Amino acid sequence: MRYRIYIEVFGGSFKGASLEALGAALLLREKAGGEVELLVPEPLESEALEELRNYGADRVLVLKNPGLSPYTVEAHAEALSSLIEDGDFLLFAATKRGLELAPRVAAYKGVPMASKAVELKFEDGHLNYTKFLYGGKALGHFKLSAKPLIASVMPRTFEVPQASGKRSSVVEVEIEVKGTSQVKNLGLAEKEKGGVEIQEADVIFSGGRGMGGPEGFRLLQELADLVNEKGDLRAAVGASRSAVDSGWIDHSHQVGQTGKVVSPELYFAFGISGALQHIVGMRNSKVIVAVNRDPEAPIFRIADYGIVEDLFKVIPLLKEELKKVIG
Amino acid sequence: MKILVFIKRVPDTGIPIRVKPDGSDIVREESLTYVTNPYDEYAVEEALRIREKLGEGEIVAASLGDDSARDVLKNALALGVDRAVLLRTENPDRVDGFATAKVLADFAFNEGFNLILTGKEAADMSDSQVPSYVASLLGIPQASYAIGLEVNPPSLVVKRETDYGVETLELIMPALITCEKGLNEPRLPTLRGIMAARKKEIEVVPAHAPASNHELLLLSPPPPRKQGRILDVPVEEAVRELIRLLKEEQGIL
Repeated sequence: MRYRIYIEVFGGSFKGASLEALGAALLLREKAGGEVELLVPEPLESEALEELRNYGADRVLVLKNPGLSPYTVEAHAEALSSLIEDGDFLLFAATKRGLELAPRVAAYKGVPMASKAVELKFEDGHLNYTKFLYGGKALGHFKLSAKPLIASVMPRTFEVPQASGKRSSVVEVEIEVKGTSQVKNLGLAEKEKGGVEIQEADVIFSGGRGMGGPEGFRLLQELADLVNEKGDLRAAVGASRSAVDSGWIDHSHQVGQTGKVVSPELYFAFGISGALQHIVGMRNSKVIVAVNRDPEAPIFRIADYGIVEDLFKVIPLLKEELKKVIG
Repeated sequence: MKILVFIKRVPDTGIPIRVKPDGSDIVREESLTYVTNPYDEYAVEEALRIREKLGEGEIVAASLGDDSARDVLKNALALGVDRAVLLRTENPDRVDGFATAKVLADFAFNEGFNLILTGKEAADMSDSQVPSYVASLLGIPQASYAIGLEVNPPSLVVKRETDYGVETLELIMPALITCEKGLNEPRLPTLRGIMAARKKEIEVVPAHAPASNHELLLLSPPPPRKQGRILDVPVEEAVRELIRLLKEEQGIL
């Protein structure tokens, strides 16, 4: 088996979640053996490329074709499909990009694939994997046989591998891509610098109806900024559907059924009652802290720690205490 | 302008769902209600808006499912789609993304189309596979996670959510678009629409979902969470205690 990991590149750096996909591959290799290659489809800054060489892969393949940057799903799928062979296991991080790209490659190969895996193992020559179904209310245990194997792994599920002493070699690969004239990229309105994507955050400060308006979310952003400035944890602001629907914060922050599924180390729920459609998006967080004035709020049933109090009293105190312990 | 909209009937995940003790399925008693996959509702709505704006066009809603999927197709008719097609299969819950996509791509190919609209994923399996498979099998360009769409035949301009910001793409049709929350506010069917839908037939086409070596073996309940605790002391103390617990008990911060 040869494991090949798609490294998601943007603006010269790679996405951390791609390293988690590598982590998943290294776990499989421990038992089943095989080679591991990282596929870098777009130019990386030299520092980023050097860093990629530290994580125990045998090789870093730098794909050379100007048609691969900026990213389009069409060109990347075509490039990957021409590179992948039957004996390969191609892994993606289940990010927005990974999720749209992987099946487009699998279609070229005429194979079924696994999405959003949280566990992977080989058994009797096929792949067994587990994923969440029905909005996180069930785990599905699947069996997949395909050549090549293709899977995306859920972000924040597999560990980023430890840096190893041995450095991966770097190989440049010229690759042919016909591309498509049917798609034109008209530009990207970039997110603010330093903004952490909620699915990648270690700590999420989420707010619900209890935040009362956009001003409330600015308080949460201050907490996130504090964490981001001081420590090595990445923090972001989340929101319930009612807060998003009220227009207090952008939909990209929404956690839950029609938002994102997150699993940070630490999830704060401020003024969130805990409707099922929110719970399904965050119940797999490692530690959940709920702050709500209503002691009957369902959020307390899944919280590890609860404070029954006005959130506007708690936030300033929390900010002061956080300042003391981080950094 | 011909628009295909792919929709799926899914259990409403906003209400409790439990796994059967033997792990063969979820409990599907009367307590379970079914809805059109929420992201597919944006697709139906967007198709209606495009037809309204262009002043012409045919919208065909299609769903792979068993006879129970008739209700979501009826609903699409009530909303105003021109035709509804049931791609009928037994046991649709055991048809994986690849097989589903093959059926839908075959249907689209035979039917002909300028544009395919569908949700970014289905709320039950949430594999997020079918749209990309379909676009790839048909050899057409795609844009995922659309939050804005302007159709000016023969091209369209789509704004889509990425992890790096909002990207704007121009695509030449035929193309496939997946819909994200924020694209529009889906309308409710009118009484007139519901009455009109009653008279419309749902076309039924037998679907031959190909076998694939991809099988759901078992369901299990998600790992339970430990019983938590309320820090029932004055707020200053509670916050201090919280930070101590996060640090010492959980090793975070």
